Amino acid sequence: MPVFSKLLGLMMGALRVSPNYRGPWTLLKKEMLRFWRVGFQTVAAPVITALLYLLIFSHVLEGRVQVYQYVPYTVFLIPGLIMMSVLQNAFANSSSSLIQSKVMGNLIFVLLSPLTHMQFFFAFLCAAIIRGLVVGLCIYLVAICFVDLPISHPWMILAFSLLGSALLGTFGIIAGIWADRFDQMAVFQNFIIMPLSFLSGVFYSIHSLPPFWQTVSHLNPFFYMIDGFRYGFFGQADISPWISLSIVSTAFLVLAWSTLKMLKSGYKIRA
Amino acid sequence: MTTAIRINDIHKHFGSLHALKGIDLSIEQGEFFALLGPNGAGKSTLISILAGLIKPSSGDISVLGFDVITQYQQARQLLGIVPQELVFDPFFNVREMLRFQAGYFGRGPENDAWVDEILEGLGLADKANTNMRKLSGGMKRRALIAQALAHKPPVIVLDEPTAGVDVELRQMMWAFIKKLNRDGHTIILTTHYLEEAETLCNRIGMMKQGEIVALDSTANLLNKFAGKKLTLSLGEVSLPEAIRPLLRSQEKGMHTFALSDMAQIELVLASLRSANIPVMDMQLHEADLEDVFLSLVGKQ
Repeated sequence: MPVFSKLLGLMMGALRVSPNYRGPWTLLKKEMLRFWRVGFQTVAAPVITALLYLLIFSHVLEGRVQVYQYVPYTVFLIPGLIMMSVLQNAFANSSSSLIQSKVMGNLIFVLLSPLTHMQFFFAFLCAAIIRGLVVGLCIYLVAICFVDLPISHPWMILAFSLLGSALLGTFGIIAGIWADRFDQMAVFQNFIIMPLSFLSGVFYSIHSLPPFWQTVSHLNPFFYMIDGFRYGFFGQADISPWISLSIVSTAFLVLAWSTLKMLKSGYKIRA
Repeated sequence: MTTAIRINDIHKHFGSLHALKGIDLSIEQGEFFALLGPNGAGKSTLISILAGLIKPSSGDISVLGFDVITQYQQARQLLGIVPQELVFDPFFNVREMLRFQAGYFGRGPENDAWVDEILEGLGLADKANTNMRKLSGGMKRRALIAQALAHKPPVIVLDEPTAGVDVELRQMMWAFIKKLNRDGHTIILTTHYLEEAETLCNRIGMMKQGEIVALDSTANLLNKFAGKKLTLSLGEVSLPEAIRPLLRSQEKGMHTFALSDMAQIELVLASLRSANIPVMDMQLHEADLEDVFLSLVGKQ
């Protein structure tokens, strides 16, 4: 942990953070340290879970399912699992931090500060993106030890992972602000995030579904993030990556705008 | 010199409850001011509006000339608030929390010497690297005060700061706060320990049901409202009608009368003589802030 703190200190020095930006930077640093302090729970656990999915599904389905030509099922599965973990962890970071701070009452320390609603949003959003990307990168690094994973369009991988984690990080802020109790937060996790991510084409191509369920899948925003991210690796996707990118970007902008409105009005955090 | 805090006709409604009914108050720079009142009087609501945690229904508040809503960034920079609830972040130690708190206000490593001074002044130096979870209640309370001071604000608001703090620690804390006041910091205090307010504060505002019912220097309040207290040992007797309104308390034959001036002593004694009630013992005391408080806000 001291190494991580030192690294953050060096980053801060390198960026020469001016006093005007020190507030949001401090909040971001605190949020990063918070998840790093419980790294086994926030980074190691999701990496292990994703690798278990990989192990089980590849064992059961390898050689039986062919989604893209010349792409073995295990290789097809990895980008979807990486992206699913990126999205789930980005959501978990901002939502759990906010609900914990609200329930324990320590959110007041931030509310008493001169941080603007924009700076508040920026800090929580960046921390969520960073955690999502750290988890995704760890899964990728472990996976490539066992599987030869091609990279066809690296900028697409970067764009979808950044936008996807930003979208779910923003959704996590909304959930964290709205929820008053941990069980309300569990509703978001179990009834929205989990079903949408499992039914987004992580484990299959939507072309393998009946037409009705293909249409339903197109209503799932997770589908576009997974499909676009996978395009970055294989150069193949269920729909055009540019359409996916437009949909994900629009969804992010709409959610970010709504979150900023909530924060500015003080909804549920200032009476 | 700009007024430290100016509160102008603040109203706050919570549904049908009119929690604050047009509060007007000015606190000058360098004052040590106490805001007193029973539970539910509106003190914490007023402080929450000052802190930007609650929006007023109408009226405005400024801190050193900066409006807490339209110029909230400047206003909050000048304000250090110790919240009433014992809250903490379980992920970090005391020093980290102070650095983070200072960082939110734009303070960086140059502030470390001040953080050390706060830790020393509040007796937290040996707990600086202890996780907040592992601190006792009193220590957590002091860490909370330290957090409010981390950015060296010129105006400090302490909402019930000594609740749950033992006498020794309380003395240490007040010594440090008094030093800050001597150095020019404005201190606003709410407390249930009235002797603290009487000893420390040079001006007092008393609130009741969302209104300020008294606002004056501590000395003037004591003179104006409290007068003297006369305690007589009379045994279990029925008091004459004429002096019953002066009776403040009665316990085990000891009767305490609140007197507005010395002339009332003779009135009490004469009434007792004419009723043939002998006085077995007699004590005369100066009234304290508790008497003022009870006479102004105690009778609901």
